[in-house]
Amino acid sequence: MSPKQKRLLTRVIIAFVLFIAIEVVSSVGVLHNLFGDPGAIYAEFVLFLIPYLIAGYDVIGGALRGLAHGHALDEDFLMTVATFGAFALVFFPDTDPHMAEGAAVMLFFQVGELFQSYAVGKSRQSIADMMDIAPEFANVMVEGKLEQVDPFELAPDDELIVMPGERIPLDGTIVDGDSQIDTAALTGESVPRMAKPGDEVISGCVNLTGKLVVRASKAYEDSTVSRILELVENAAEKKARTENFITRFARVYTPVVVGVAALLAIVPPLLLGGQWSDWILRGLTFLVVSCPCALVISVPLSFFGGIGGASRLGILVKGSNYLETLASTETVVFDKTGTLTDGTFAVTEIRPTAGMSPDDLIAVAALAEAYSTHPIAASVRAAFGRDIDHDRIDRVEEISGRGVEAVIDGKQVFVGNDKLMADHGIAFDAPDAVGTVLHVAVDGRYAGYIIIADTIKPTAVEAITALRDAGVRKTVMLTGDRTDVARAVAEKLGIGEVRAELLPQNKVEEVERLLHATEEQTRGKGKLAFVGDGINDAPVLTRADIGIAMGAMGSDAAIEAADVVLMDDDPRSIARAIGVARKTMAIVWQNIVFALGIKFAVLILAAFGIANMWMAVFADVGVAVIAILNAMRAMNVKK
Amino acid sequence: MRKSFKLENLDCAHCASMMEEGINKLPGVNKASISFMTSKLMIDADVANADELAPILDAAQEVCTSYEKDCRIVR
Repeated sequence: MSPKQKRLLTRVIIAFVLFIAIEVVSSVGVLHNLFGDPGAIYAEFVLFLIPYLIAGYDVIGGALRGLAHGHALDEDFLMTVATFGAFALVFFPDTDPHMAEGAAVMLFFQVGELFQSYAVGKSRQSIADMMDIAPEFANVMVEGKLEQVDPFELAPDDELIVMPGERIPLDGTIVDGDSQIDTAALTGESVPRMAKPGDEVISGCVNLTGKLVVRASKAYEDSTVSRILELVENAAEKKARTENFITRFARVYTPVVVGVAALLAIVPPLLLGGQWSDWILRGLTFLVVSCPCALVISVPLSFFGGIGGASRLGILVKGSNYLETLASTETVVFDKTGTLTDGTFAVTEIRPTAGMSPDDLIAVAALAEAYSTHPIAASVRAAFGRDIDHDRIDRVEEISGRGVEAVIDGKQVFVGNDKLMADHGIAFDAPDAVGTVLHVAVDGRYAGYIIIADTIKPTAVEAITALRDAGVRKTVMLTGDRTDVARAVAEKLGIGEVRAELLPQNKVEEVERLLHATEEQTRGKGKLAFVGDGINDAPVLTRADIGIAMGAMGSDAAIEAADVVLMDDDPRSIARAIGVARKTMAIVWQNIVFALGIKFAVLILAAFGIANMWMAVFADVGVAVIAILNAMRAMNVKK
Repeated sequence: MRKSFKLENLDCAHCASMMEEGINKLPGVNKASISFMTSKLMIDADVANADELAPILDAAQEVCTSYEKDCRIVR
């Protein structure tokens, strides 16, 4: 609690104790005995003023100040008028005195304010904690001694030292040292990464185990951590439609309620001959409910919580408006390479003929391809995984467009495509598989084949299922790749539609067509998200309702172009992002319906003289506190 | 020039939006925005440097004080 809150708490407690004491004294009839019949009421009036002023003097002060500056309809003013009014009813002898209510309304208003300010402080704190990824200092060697400097002062190419347990202050490359790096604050990934000399490291990650010497590649203000912080902080500026609606609503709501309150207090007694005191009380009750604070605080808080919570999962949402759009995503369009597949070639299948082991087959192929620079050769060597024993290789000849011919362990080996096998009259299998088929023949006999393909990310299948579970109706994959490859990938993942062999400009056209289709099918409600890796697909990212860039850690282009940035390259994060967005929107609507529902209910009851001031205070501050507590749920996200 | 400032003792969300509106109406201000949750004020004004921004900030401070007496722009 802040000192200000503590002072308010003390005042509220003192006022509350006094209030109870006065209530007890007056109800046992002590005042009556002392001051006689009308005298007792006035004594009560004076006594109740004491707790009232202790609890609410600053509210009255605020009201006067507001009045002096010409903005009358603020909360302080309304509350002051309502409570003054309650006290003033003592001058209407035809009604029961309402001093206790006046003092109590002020008391509860302040209790509510206290709760509200505590809840706001708490949520501000959790947001601040969430944003606590900024490094506070950097270690540099100055004349052989380690010194701590402000990361702002460092420039690219400076060398800095990161001790275990410290945050990496700037983006850079490891010059010396091995360590494990915790990227959780940026990617939400809890398994640490191994880092060795030559690896790039990202600012904001925590160095876990070993001392690292890092050469900075960017200045602090261009480093990932500052860009992320800036992005999340600026996110609040891009307001969602719902937020704008609430702001506009608040602007109308208060004057209207106050107007109705005035009419209610004056018109019925004048025209219909109602009792003044009764109708004035109803008007005063209206005033208590006329502040829209529950909504004005809780709606932006929900969005902020959602954005903050998402950022803990490594999902950066650039504005509340994008979170809102994301929640109504009906169609998700993927770019294949880099999002659903790794974009790197790898051996996906090793199928030797009888009498040969998969290990032997891959070993022979790796040896034959030992000197080739082709990416396929590289992936075969990677699958082999051991050092190449060059002594086993005798003669290697590349046959362009066919493959290689080599002598390994004294045996003649052919490794290559269908044509190479046909050229040498070797019968081969024709597998019905996706990717590049590499046949191997040893001493004129077919030894089997190896399939090399762009590998599907291990989590991609789960990602698509999760999207469908999250209510996404249509998934589409766009790719520049061959149709049969694309079909096979889509089938494996369970993606509904495929457009293959597209040039980059065709992708924009496709997305436009899909945008149109989505809009038509959902009558404008459903939105389309495009997921790309941020490389070469900036135009498509911008064209879609919402552009999601994946694997963006350290990629400026992707962070720039997209509306939602996934720091890791796990496609499951897309469904998670949609999940966070839906939950946030659900909370926002719960609060809107709940707060307005209670307020309107109390207003109607008050107009008919059923609701009293106690209920009105609950409808004002009680609802605000509940709405804030509900909004804070948006921050809780789970993987 | 665009700069953001921390706001101290910003306690009322509705006031924050009124302050934002008020500061936006100040001469020389292109766009001002207040984020209640981060207690930050962003001012984009037609000035070249911090010295020229100072009078605008004074005026903005006045707007803030008129809604919340303890609210202070930290510069």
